[in-house]
Amino acid sequence: MADMNSWMAGPDNSAMSVLVVLLVAMILLYAARVPMHGLIRTAGNALAGPMRLGARWLAAVAEAMKQRNKAVLLAQGRRETSQRIEREFERIGILVTRDLQGYPTLQRKLLEEITRIEEDFQKCGEVPPPPPDWVEAVAAVAQIKTGGGEVVQKILTDVRGSIERIHDKAIAEYRRAYQTRHGILEGFMPYWRSLDKTMKQVDTKMARLQESATAVDGQMEKYKKIVAKSDEAETTLTNSSFTQFTISIIVLWIALGGAFINFKLIALPMSEMVGAGDYLTASLRTSEVAALIIILLEASMGLFLLESLRITHLFPRIANLNDLTRRRMIWISLVMLVTLAGIESALALMRDMLIADKQALLQSLATAPAAAAGDGWITRIPTAGQMILGFILPFALAFVAIPLESFIHSARTVCGVLAVDFVYALGFVLRVLSGLVRLASRALLHFYDLVVVLPLMAAQLARSLRSRGPTVKARASDATDKSARTL
Amino acid sequence: MFNRAFLSAMLIAALTVAAAGCIDSRSQAHAVYVLVDTSGTYANEAGKAKIIIHYLLGTLQPGDSLAMARVKSRSFSEKDIVAKVTFDTRPTQANAQKRAFRDQSDAFLGTVKGSAYTDITGGLMQGAEFLNETGAGKKTILIFSDMQEELDKVTVRNFPISLKNIRVVAVNVTKLNTDNIDPRRYLGRLEAWQKRVQAAGASEWKVINDLERLDAIFAKS
Repeated sequence: MADMNSWMAGPDNSAMSVLVVLLVAMILLYAARVPMHGLIRTAGNALAGPMRLGARWLAAVAEAMKQRNKAVLLAQGRRETSQRIEREFERIGILVTRDLQGYPTLQRKLLEEITRIEEDFQKCGEVPPPPPDWVEAVAAVAQIKTGGGEVVQKILTDVRGSIERIHDKAIAEYRRAYQTRHGILEGFMPYWRSLDKTMKQVDTKMARLQESATAVDGQMEKYKKIVAKSDEAETTLTNSSFTQFTISIIVLWIALGGAFINFKLIALPMSEMVGAGDYLTASLRTSEVAALIIILLEASMGLFLLESLRITHLFPRIANLNDLTRRRMIWISLVMLVTLAGIESALALMRDMLIADKQALLQSLATAPAAAAGDGWITRIPTAGQMILGFILPFALAFVAIPLESFIHSARTVCGVLAVDFVYALGFVLRVLSGLVRLASRALLHFYDLVVVLPLMAAQLARSLRSRGPTVKARASDATDKSARTL
Repeated sequence: MFNRAFLSAMLIAALTVAAAGCIDSRSQAHAVYVLVDTSGTYANEAGKAKIIIHYLLGTLQPGDSLAMARVKSRSFSEKDIVAKVTFDTRPTQANAQKRAFRDQSDAFLGTVKGSAYTDITGGLMQGAEFLNETGAGKKTILIFSDMQEELDKVTVRNFPISLKNIRVVAVNVTKLNTDNIDPRRYLGRLEAWQKRVQAAGASEWKVINDLERLDAIFAKS
């Protein structure tokens, strides 16, 4: 308290003391105003300048990353599109080889059928020979007057009979001729049908060819855009990558679920093989790791199989192998996959046996009598189900290579885009911070002036008075001079 | 580029597994030593010990150890161990061993003969010796007794014992007739044992009287 009093301007007059201290501080702060302003300005610039520079640098980095991403994306898109075009051309080649190779045969068949139809048509055009000239003779005989003579009557009756016979014969011939022609015409039908079928086949093949050509056109259009490095192509490829990324993640999650079920199936029986009491870490059993390794081996074999089949392209070395080695690799990975699937199936059966054994032990240890378990075929269903699942799951897991490849390829684009956005955002934040620092330094300057407002005002007043003093004196001397001149 | 990253990941995984492999597998094993009081005052309860043994057989995993010993006039002897086993790491073998242990313990518990005195301290010392020899990471002594120690004049047990890192669980601590007259005797007895066990370096002391709640044996308090 004594110390406090030593600071007081008057005894027990704290308000006065504070006022005095404030005034002294104000005067001191005013004295240090110019260097303090300089210090605040320098500090503000020292903070804001690098931030601004950093923001610019980040923007440049983001731009460079964007360009690099674009280049990678376009290269990837170009590769994929060219592969698709190649595949379309292969398909067209197969179509042409398969369908158009048989075209000469088809043409010959068509020509033969057309010739046959023409011949038959010509045969249809053949009419039976016209009736003989005796018609006129008959007309002349008909004009003969009978006159009631028996001889004439008989002759005429004979003539009539002959004519009727000849007429009947002619009609029968006509009918036979027309029947033959109808038969020929009827024989046209299979040829027409065959022609129709052949033409339809040609039509289908041509349509298929046209479809492939349209697909090639579409891919070529896309390829052109990619080669031209257009923004549209970049946007399309980026969107496609995002879609691929999402889909592959979903599929990988599903595959992970399958792997988990697989793990559950074989973890317990693996303890019979490698022991259940061995631990790798505090909570990780060796048997569990062994089960995990088997699952990973299955996935790897599946990956090698799909690589060897050239379905995926994660390992260029496998894709570049010669056909013989590649085929050997296909067989080796397939055999290993089947073996592993068989092992897993056996392990699934063993799991069921182990659980049953444990259950039997627990029942024998229980104080209450256990309910008799059914031994029918229904109780065998889960065992069979587990075995089938144990055999199928490795093959299902093998296909995980496809979404994995898709994930890896699309992740490059997605991560690239996100990284660019992040760098842009970081640059923006730095820019905003730089602006805020500048504003803060200005605000601090004003605040400093506000603190020393009294000495500042006094100084301004003194300055204005000083500047006004010589002016008044000058005005007074001017007036004296004027009056002297007037006098 | 991808190959290099993949190989690096595989190398890291292999190193992690190799480093993790240095962990002693026995440190995860559990060893349980069951002391069954066969003194005159408690011999009638021995039948209930079967429940505990069966519970332990159903709970312990392959690689764990289990032993059952009797508490009689002088219990610091290997001869008092009725049955002992370290379960095979293969589940089927472990189950067979459990069946054999069950038969052995059931046969003993069916023919328990009462002893004149109760040497719990000797049993604890023998149990600690057995458990330390197993090298198990988790060690538990189950005392199936009324915790009333009675020694003859010749037997010396009034010295500090070592139960370092061993959990001691007293099960089915029945009340004596005198406890009913003055419950402070029962509480005092338990408190005295708790102090002695904790002074011996035991990691935990627990009392379980309800045989329906045996899961508390392995539960952390």
